[in-house]
Amino acid sequence: MKKIVSLPVRGVLPEEAEVLQAQGIPAAEKPDDRIIGLLDDAFTLFEQLARPVAIMAEISTLEFEKIYAGEGRNEPVTPVAEIYPQAECLALFAVTIGHDVETKISELFQTREFALGSLLDAVASAAADRAAADIEYRFLENLVKRQQTMTTMAASRFSPGYCGWHISGQKRLFAYLQPEEIGITLRSSFLMEPLKSVSGVLLAGAPGLFVIADSYPFCAACQDHSCQTRMPTRLSI
Amino acid sequence: MGILEQISASLQKGNDTHVAELTRRAIEKKLPPKQILDDGLIGGMAVIGERFKAHEIFLPQVLLAARAMYAGMDLLKPLMIRENIPTSGKVVIGSVQGDLHDIGKNLVAIMLKGAGFEVIDLGSDVTPEQFVSAAEKEEAGAIGLSALLTTTMPVMKQVIDLLRERRLLSKIKVIIGGAPVTQKFADQIGADAYAFDGVSAVERVKALIGRE
Ligand code: B1M
Repeated sequence: MKKIVSLPVRGVLPEEAEVLQAQGIPAAEKPDDRIIGLLDDAFTLFEQLARPVAIMAEISTLEFEKIYAGEGRNEPVTPVAEIYPQAECLALFAVTIGHDVETKISELFQTREFALGSLLDAVASAAADRAAADIEYRFLENLVKRQQTMTTMAASRFSPGYCGWHISGQKRLFAYLQPEEIGITLRSSFLMEPLKSVSGVLLAGAPGLFVIADSYPFCAACQDHSCQTRMPTRLSI
Repeated sequence: MGILEQISASLQKGNDTHVAELTRRAIEKKLPPKQILDDGLIGGMAVIGERFKAHEIFLPQVLLAARAMYAGMDLLKPLMIRENIPTSGKVVIGSVQGDLHDIGKNLVAIMLKGAGFEVIDLGSDVTPEQFVSAAEKEEAGAIGLSALLTTTMPVMKQVIDLLRERRLLSKIKVIIGGAPVTQKFADQIGADAYAFDGVSAVERVKALIGRE
């Protein structure tokens, strides 16, 4: 069943340190008061303008197989392909922070408020990721409520464009989920509008399922490696 | 401290009102605009670039300094045009067709302007035809292409192909960048340079088309 969820803005607010790190400022560094002031302004603007919303739909393993096959451009061996057949439950999702924040970012750059614009952009990027994490948590929470067999469950999310799942996978994902209902559209380049949007699949199962090796052939070209630090969400019954 | 050093120091602090005020005073003192630009504004931005590279300061400080630079430039630009003073060079920049990501491209454009280049920003979702005709019309020395998705990267090659077709490849240099772009890809498609970020983009463009 498809669900549309409005997410509270405060629930997707990133940590200040996360935003500063995205601006290249290491955690150990104490930014000067002016930067802190701009960061506060960026958070205030974000709270005023963001409209985080998500769409999700549970999907069977068989149906996901077709979606994952996409346009036939995935890497031959990927973590998603290895995990999803063993998952207890699967759901497609898309989240967005909405258009208004992006309009503001452009406006700030046009009026030469570059530093504030760049900080707001970093807040919105991190918030989009938080929104996806929030949906992952809700998905698992809901499952755990109805789960009878397992004592501890975990969930993790994977997106087209990452870890060998080719970005053209967006086409079938969109055809099934129709994120247009929450205002996300897909271009022929597979770019989503608004930009601060994330799509993917949520997979839930035994916690051991989500240990991901960092040694797939495509890992060498990855600049991220966040798979090694991003823990799957875990909940116990 | 001389006035040009004061301009440079205020710029480094990101104090735009001060920079504007000092630039105005320097103009009133009849200092040559090119000298105010080179030794005051560009000089200040060069220090900022070095400190950024050395991780002594970070992106927000660079952007505050850039805003201060623009405040001074606003006053100098009409004089430079009137006196026909050439800029460091002209660059047409944009995010390629299909790509709406523009923050990275904006940052690169800001840094290039900070280094004294004239930048024609075509925005995002720019077709190869738009890049090439703008560069031709503006007599730009370089085209800067930005892409954030692997699916939009092929457009970079289309721009180079179009330049080749119009026999402009030797006249107009191409520099590319963006998250999924690499030096290897730049070599594959025959781009003249790849840059990882704004500071390296300035270095590359200077090496390609910069004039003193
Ligand atoms: C002319 O010369 C030059 C020279 C230098 C140039 C230049 C031109 N242009 C840029 N540069 C360079 O200088 C600039 C200043 O330093 C830099 O510009 P950037 O624009 O790169 O830098 C920005 C200032 C900050 N950087 C960024 O904003 C991008 C950082 C990374 C981590 C990233 C982020 C933050 C996000 N993302 Co995502 N994201 C990634 C990125 C991975 C990475 N390591 O870069 C990338 C771009 N994303 C990717 C993907 C797949 C996606 N993302 C998505 C979503 C998101 C967030 C919303 C969570 C967030 C914001 C995105 C945004 N930019 O607004 C989705 C797409 C969103 C959409 N609208 O379609 C989604 C499709 C995932 C999904 N299915 O939901 C990947 C694309 C790979 C591909 N296959 O195409 C990706 C490379 C990550 C990866 N897999 O490694 C340099 O690149």
